Amino acid sequence: MLIFLARRILSTVPVLVIVALIVFLMLRLAPGDPAAAIVGDSGTSENIAKVRGQLGLNESLPTQFVRWSGQLLQGNLGESYFMKKTVVELIGQRIEPTVSLAAVTLVVTILIAVPLGVVAAWRHGGWLDRMLMGFSVMGFSIPAFVIGYVLIWIFALHLQLLPVQGYSRLSQGPWLWIRHLILPSITLSIIYVALIARVTRAAVAEAMTEDYIRTARAKGISEKRVLMRHALANAAIPIVTVIGIGIALLIGGVVVTETVFAIPGLGQLTVDAVLSRDFPLIQGITLFFSVVYVLINLLIDLSYLVFDPRIRY
Amino acid sequence: MLSKRNLKAVVVGAMLAAAFATTSAFAQDAGKVLRLVPQSDLKILDPIWTTAFITRNHGYAVYDTLFGVDEQGKVKPQMVDKYTTGADGKTWTFTLRKSLEFHDGKPVTSEDVLASLKRWGQRDGLGQKMYAALDKAEAVDANTFRLVFKDSFGMVVDALSKPSSNPPFIMPARVAATPADKQIDDATGSGPYIFKKDEYRPGEKVVYLKNTRYVPRTEAPSGTAGGKNVYVDRMEWIILKDAQTQANALANGEVDMIEWLPPEQYTALKNNAAITVDNPIPKGSFALHLNHIIPPFDNPKIAQAAIMAINQEALMRAQMVHKELYNSCASVYPCGTAFSSDKTGYFTGKPQFEKAKALLKEAGYDGKPVVLMYPADFALLNKFPPVMAQLLKQAGFNVDMQSMDWPTLVTRRAKKDPVDKGGWNLFITGWGIADNMNPMFYAPLTGNGEKGWFGWATDDKLEQLKSEFLASADEPRRKELATAIQQRVYDTGIYAPIGEYKPLTAYRKGVVSGVVRSPVNVFWNIKKS
Repeated sequence: MLIFLARRILSTVPVLVIVALIVFLMLRLAPGDPAAAIVGDSGTSENIAKVRGQLGLNESLPTQFVRWSGQLLQGNLGESYFMKKTVVELIGQRIEPTVSLAAVTLVVTILIAVPLGVVAAWRHGGWLDRMLMGFSVMGFSIPAFVIGYVLIWIFALHLQLLPVQGYSRLSQGPWLWIRHLILPSITLSIIYVALIARVTRAAVAEAMTEDYIRTARAKGISEKRVLMRHALANAAIPIVTVIGIGIALLIGGVVVTETVFAIPGLGQLTVDAVLSRDFPLIQGITLFFSVVYVLINLLIDLSYLVFDPRIRY
Repeated sequence: MLSKRNLKAVVVGAMLAAAFATTSAFAQDAGKVLRLVPQSDLKILDPIWTTAFITRNHGYAVYDTLFGVDEQGKVKPQMVDKYTTGADGKTWTFTLRKSLEFHDGKPVTSEDVLASLKRWGQRDGLGQKMYAALDKAEAVDANTFRLVFKDSFGMVVDALSKPSSNPPFIMPARVAATPADKQIDDATGSGPYIFKKDEYRPGEKVVYLKNTRYVPRTEAPSGTAGGKNVYVDRMEWIILKDAQTQANALANGEVDMIEWLPPEQYTALKNNAAITVDNPIPKGSFALHLNHIIPPFDNPKIAQAAIMAINQEALMRAQMVHKELYNSCASVYPCGTAFSSDKTGYFTGKPQFEKAKALLKEAGYDGKPVVLMYPADFALLNKFPPVMAQLLKQAGFNVDMQSMDWPTLVTRRAKKDPVDKGGWNLFITGWGIADNMNPMFYAPLTGNGEKGWFGWATDDKLEQLKSEFLASADEPRRKELATAIQQRVYDTGIYAPIGEYKPLTAYRKGVVSGVVRSPVNVFWNIKKS
């Protein structure tokens, strides 16, 4: 087990190096110059050239990469070109809204999707199954920003029950916190509900055809217990896998949702950094997301030990 | 007695009721809090280091200036109590108002003023000119300082009151000692608001507290001059980038004010009885900028032909949509301001395709495509280029309109290379009234070649006229010079205005009042009920 963990953690190193190199090169080769944005509209070419020099952007690409890698090895992600703040500090400021949004979305998704999938499998081919799957197709098809704006119109502008935008930190009170997360997390969860409900339905429906289900029924166990203790437990691995993938996909999803609801999280920070060509910040966020992605995958692999005792690492 | 199950239901019910209580917590204020959506995110805190408008606005909140300009653009003393000019016009002596204090409690002294002006003079274009003309700047005592010029310099108070980037904000000497090419990280000023550094979250929120020790002038507020009274305890800049989200947040009472209302939200908010749509800044303008360092606009006749293609009405209608939000103006200065003039030569703001074609023929235009940069992502500008491209085609140009995002455009416009190596020929951008109300404030109005603004026109005559303008303090003479400068702009084909727009501010009716008329948005004097 420990060897497995060590091997997995070590295997992340080349992944991160490749990610770092690709992001570094893509940013340097893409059009756009942070110095021009820093100087502003009334600045001159002379001022831009000066700022470029100060930022070290006139150095050769290998020199810039070596300098940045050296900083990274010392655990330093650098400083934003625009704000006099370190990348770590900026990520730290924005992590809470994103983690909150992702966590609430995940809870909402699991609470809705798994029961939906189980019920659809149980009533396989029936009207309930068709309705649920129809909803699932709809969830896949409607873009998150459309859902977001419709929810805002109904619940914030029309009914005035919830805020249109923003985020309230947990330290400001749990109710304010949850109020600001209800609409964004519903918006973001719809596509994941659709995805996870479909996978759950397929996995449970397959498990329901197994001999041990027939045996359980023959022993007179209630249908609810058959579904939950026998079918769902045995269908857990694909469901957990797809939930894990869903968490990784959430990273992309929060960018759109945070923009629609003006949530000051990592998604918005990424968009801002890209639009202003804040290279250290983009590189830092990308690396951070890569580490999160790798860790989630590791946790999914480890969770198999819990759901299927036959698995050994 | 409640069963365990019922107790759970009661608790959950109470929690939900609290969560969904219709009285929104976000609509309530502890103390007077003004929540406004600024024009963009505040990322850079140094108003001398960058020319970004949002940083300038931050500067007006936190710092004070020696002089201000009223809503008509007239210079008025601000931190200065009185000033005198020597008989030769070369020596200027200024005395500061009493009770001026920085946010750290220390008094504002001549030493602070001179250090701040020195730093500004290294960075700002007009400041550089002023310092080039300066013989010495010295403190007479803690409250009095003197500027002695080598020759007559007519723009002293205009420079010290420069309303837009970069205004000469006064900082403590210890902060102003920061090299001009390095960003400051200390926002201690002596202005009406105190920057709350511990609550500063770029991309989310910028917080200012009322400076309770600020002593405002007794005159009524007007522009960047007059009494800077603060009637709220706290001002929060809520960063919302999406136009729809801004409008929704205002309609829902989550913010009190939007500094720059995007034109696409105009109709919706104008028809909302709870919202006031106002324009405290009288106007702004857009301009077509040409690159004079490479063909074909290195030939003034071809540049003039491009300017003759401009149809201000068509361009402005496409961009601003609503007729009440724009007007034509052929002057390079905002129409109705001190230096505006109808002596615009051949330029009328209306298309003259036949004349343009004749000029192109005479100049020997070779038909090579001219690259018009098209910032497709920038809603405030992105309707112009397709219309401009069509107008240029009608005038006989071969046009290559290249789509890009705004950050790419601002990078590319700094390139002096030919178009096949990443250069450019034309682009359109906007300016505030504070930027072009005076020829010495207007960044693109340069004829000093590669040292000038993007486009790098070379015109010694223009530079000569500007030098004369700098030296003159006589208003009628200045007006003449400003008109002559305008004529040079059109003769050389440096750039041309494509119309004026009304910058809109929206706020909650009956909640927000006292918004100051000004060439730039300022946030003192605002009352919240």
